[in-house]
This record gives sequence, C-alpha cells and structure tokens, in this order.
Amino acid sequence: MSEVPLPEVPLPEVPLSEPLIVARKLVKKFGDFAAVDGIDVEVRRGEVFGFLGPNGAGKSSTMRMIGCVSPVSGGELRILGMDPRTQGAEIRARLGSVPQEDNLDTELSVWDNLAIYGRYFGLPRDVIKERAEQLLDFVQLSDRRKDRVEPLSGGMKRRLTIARGLLNQPELLLLDEPTTGLDPQARHLLWERLYQLKLSGVTLVLTTHYMDEAEQLCDRLVIMDQGRIVAEGSPRGLIDQHATRDVVELKFATMDERENSLERLHRLSSRVEPVAERVLVYSDDGDATAAAVSESGIEPASILVRRSTLEDVFLILTGRTLDE
Amino acid sequence: MTDLAAELDAARRGPRLPTFARVVERELRLFSKLWRGTLFSTFVNPILFLLAMGVGVGGIIDDRRGGVGGVTYLAFIVPGIMVASSMQAAAGDSLWGVMAGVKWMRHFHAMAATPLSPADVFAGKVAWTATRIALSSSVFFLIATVFGGISSPLGLLAIPTAVLTAATFAAALSAYAATQDTEVNFSLVFRLGVIPLFLFSGTFFPISQLPDWAEPLSRLSPLFYGVELARMFTTGQPQWGLALIDVTVLIVLLAVSWRFGTRSFTRRLAA
Repeated sequence: MSEVPLPEVPLPEVPLSEPLIVARKLVKKFGDFAAVDGIDVEVRRGEVFGFLGPNGAGKSSTMRMIGCVSPVSGGELRILGMDPRTQGAEIRARLGSVPQEDNLDTELSVWDNLAIYGRYFGLPRDVIKERAEQLLDFVQLSDRRKDRVEPLSGGMKRRLTIARGLLNQPELLLLDEPTTGLDPQARHLLWERLYQLKLSGVTLVLTTHYMDEAEQLCDRLVIMDQGRIVAEGSPRGLIDQHATRDVVELKFATMDERENSLERLHRLSSRVEPVAERVLVYSDDGDATAAAVSESGIEPASILVRRSTLEDVFLILTGRTLDE
Repeated sequence: MTDLAAELDAARRGPRLPTFARVVERELRLFSKLWRGTLFSTFVNPILFLLAMGVGVGGIIDDRRGGVGGVTYLAFIVPGIMVASSMQAAAGDSLWGVMAGVKWMRHFHAMAATPLSPADVFAGKVAWTATRIALSSSVFFLIATVFGGISSPLGLLAIPTAVLTAATFAAALSAYAATQDTEVNFSLVFRLGVIPLFLFSGTFFPISQLPDWAEPLSRLSPLFYGVELARMFTTGQPQWGLALIDVTVLIVLLAVSWRFGTRSFTRRLAA
C-alpha cells in the first residue's frame, strides 16, 4: 500500500477558548416520549464533564446524540464546531467512544481488535501498529495482546475498549457508564487511567449513576432526572450549594419507629429525608445534631455522621435516590 | 479542513476504496482466523450433494431417461446446486450474522460509532457475503469440472451468477434481519422460505415437472432466475435474450433490497 504516515496531532479546528460541545434546548424523542427534554450543556476543552443521574434519566440518549449515532429530535447541538445533522461522519472521525455495552470482537485477539477498529477510521496499518503498541501499554494489556478477548475480565475488556476508542487520537472521549459492572479494584484502576488521560489533555465526557465516580473524576457535571438537568456545577460546588456540610444517618429497626421519630427530627433540622428504613438529617454540624438526636430520646438502631455527597444533592433536589 | 490537510488526507489513503471496504476487511480478518468452522457447510455439503444426486441418482436417471434436457443429470444439477447452496449460505450469513452484529456481538454498533455509516455497514456485510460466495462457488466450480459437470468455458459465468444471486438474497434478508428483535422467526424463514426455494426453483428438476398450477409459482422465486442463468452457461447453451431477463430480475431485486437494507440498518444502528 502506498500509504503515507499521518501527521501526528492534527491542529485543533475549534478555537481553544470555544466549548467542544454546545447543546441548546436539546431534545431526544422516541415517539411521544421525550428521553431528553430540552437540556443546555457546554463542555470545555480539557475538562472532565459528567452526566450524573439514575437509570432512565436521559444520560445515554444524550451521549448517543453527542456521539452522532442518534439523530437530534430538537434544539441545537454542535460538536467540535460541527453540526451532527450534516457532518456526523466527520465528527465521529474525531471522537473516541466507549459504549455502555461492550462490543468488542470477542472471538479475535486483543491486538486484532485494535487493528480492525483502526481500519474503520481508515488509518494506515503502520500508524495503527505504532499507536496500538502505545495504547496497550497505557491500558496495561501489552502482555495480553495475543489472547482472545472472550475470557478477559470485565475490567480488561473495558480497558481494551478505551484503548480502541483512543486509536484515532480523539480530542473528545465519550464514556457511557464506564465502570458499571466492574469490581472495586477494576474501577479504581480505570479511574486512575482516565485521570492520566485527562492530564494528557484529552477532554472526557462520561455518564454515571455512581456519585463516587462523579466526585472522583468530574471537574464539572450536570445532574439529570427525567430528561432534564436539575443542577450543574463542580462536585464540591453542588454539595455546597444544595446540601449541608454533614449528614446524620439514622437507621431504624422498624418503619413504625421511623415514622414516630420524624416529627421530633423535623424540630432538629430544616431538612429531613426518609429513605427506606433510614432517615437522613442534614446539618452543618453533624456531631452536634447527633448529640441532639440522642438527647431528644429518639433511639435509632444505628447512627452515623458523614459528609454530604452528590447522592445527597440528588436526593434533596428530586426526593429520590440515584439507584431507584 | 485546510487545502493542505485535505491533500495530505487524500495522499495518505492511497488507492481510494469505498468506505464499506473497511467492513469487508474486518470480515476477512475474522474469516482468516475462523474459516475452518465454515468449511463443512460452505464447501463440503454442496460437494456431498453433487456426489449423491449427480453421480448416484444421476446414474439411474441417465440410464432410464438419457439425461435431462439434453445433458446428463449431473450437468443439469451442477448449476442448480451451485446457485442454490450459494443462496442458502447467504441466507444463513445474513439472518444470524446480522443478529450477531446488532445484538449478540454488537460489532455493527462499534462500526457505527466510527466514520462508517449504517449504510456502509450494510453494504460491507452484503459485499462480504458476495466475496465469500465468489470463493466457495469457485471451489465448487473446479470440483464440478473434475466430475464432468461443466460442458463449456462459458460455464465460468456461473460464478458471477451465483455471486449476484447470493448478493440479492443477502441484501433482502439482511434488510429484514435488522428489523427483528430476536432470531425466533429466522428458522421459520429458513423452513418456509429458503428450503422450498432450494427445492422448487428448477434446482434438481425442470419446473415443467411440477403440476400446472405450481409451475408459475416457481417463477416467483428469485432463485429460479439465478439457476436458469447459471445453467445456460454451464451447459454451453446460452440464450442471450433470456439471460438479459434473468440478470435484470436479479439486479432489480438487489436494488430494491438495497434501499430497504440501508433504511433498516440506519433505523437499527442510528435511532
């Protein structure tokens, strides 16, 4: 083949100060149902941006529109300065995509998976070879290159999918629920790799329904619920803005005991959220509130004081938990 | 893109292949690893058919009736088996193969996330099936020649005929398969569609042997036109007017299926 090597890093066509993704009143409809119901989003170069929300919040539908594999039903969407309606292929050529459900060629080897995927982008073979070497190193799969994909662990498969998504040296990497179904160790390894990617300048956009993932990774995020954005900000900023510093978690032996305590708890805090057999009491001084609970004669089975998380923000904003 | 970048881009691609060729490339790589698994159904089965029917049954027929339509029974069924088994292989590839792509393995979704479009995925899938049939029908052609089943050098044209017929079925059945959520209907399509076509499209006997009411039904079968076309080549009895009709029927069906396929793949992969 008379193929000339690629020029290494292509010059960014989007001015450095411009956002890589701009969505205005973006809508995705399936029949009459609006999976995404008019959201505004801006993702800037170099940041890790998250969509946090429970299943069915419209995160994946949003992600599929951004990935140009799902047509926009309404509103405006621009990605890397281009219009997905008319320039889908050009946009996809410059995106990396890590889907929620693995779609590797499981009967083939780790290496062949990268070789094949690189060709989908029309990359010359020698370029694919060079990048695949580096990427396998990066995702720590170099010693598995000849192995078939099928028997690999979930974490390894996900790392291979990430390597695959980086073959075209994308400016923007999309990750849909990147650690769903992985064990804690595999999740931490993945987070660490994603953090390295961010440091190398790749812009990451991810969806998750894990608040710890959002807190660990995201510079900025939006919280989605029922197709809409209910809050936007940095993880810390969202907690400061919508929750108190601490939460006192009371666990009751029976629902009756929980019910009986609610009225007294409301006297101790302006924000009290019953969740299943627990009651969350929001407070800027958790220890003091815990002491006050004991003094008031309430006798929960257990009592725990902790810092507020994004989970609490979601609960406060929607009245529901993320895994409901 | 700047002019310079566009030029570099064009130069780097070298000889310009259509983008769907990248899908064919994936299938080729897979095939180069897994071809042994397909050996029996695509190569050995048709040859067993050729031996049992052509040589075994053919011996009786030739003794009693002096062949069929002026040629030995073997010569009569060689084009039939060649084109019909090509159709059958294409059908299997397209029904279960497409379900694997959209649901079981999901590699079609992986493709659709790259610059490839759903139309490329469809085109690549059909093009690969055609490629595979070109290979298998060539092997069959060689073996049939050894057994004396090919009477004319024109017979070589039976290979593109098998490929065209297979592509038509591949396009139609891929288009259909992409609309299905599960594979439950596929064995029905095989039993009520593919197998009857295999048997009653002039494959093993002239359709004039059928009852009067059934003969026109055979002409509804796309396979009939492929077999008729291939047979006039392998027996060295071309009727060019009829050949033109056969080719036209197959190409029109292919073109219509292609439109449906592009649409159903787009609906499935880019909803």
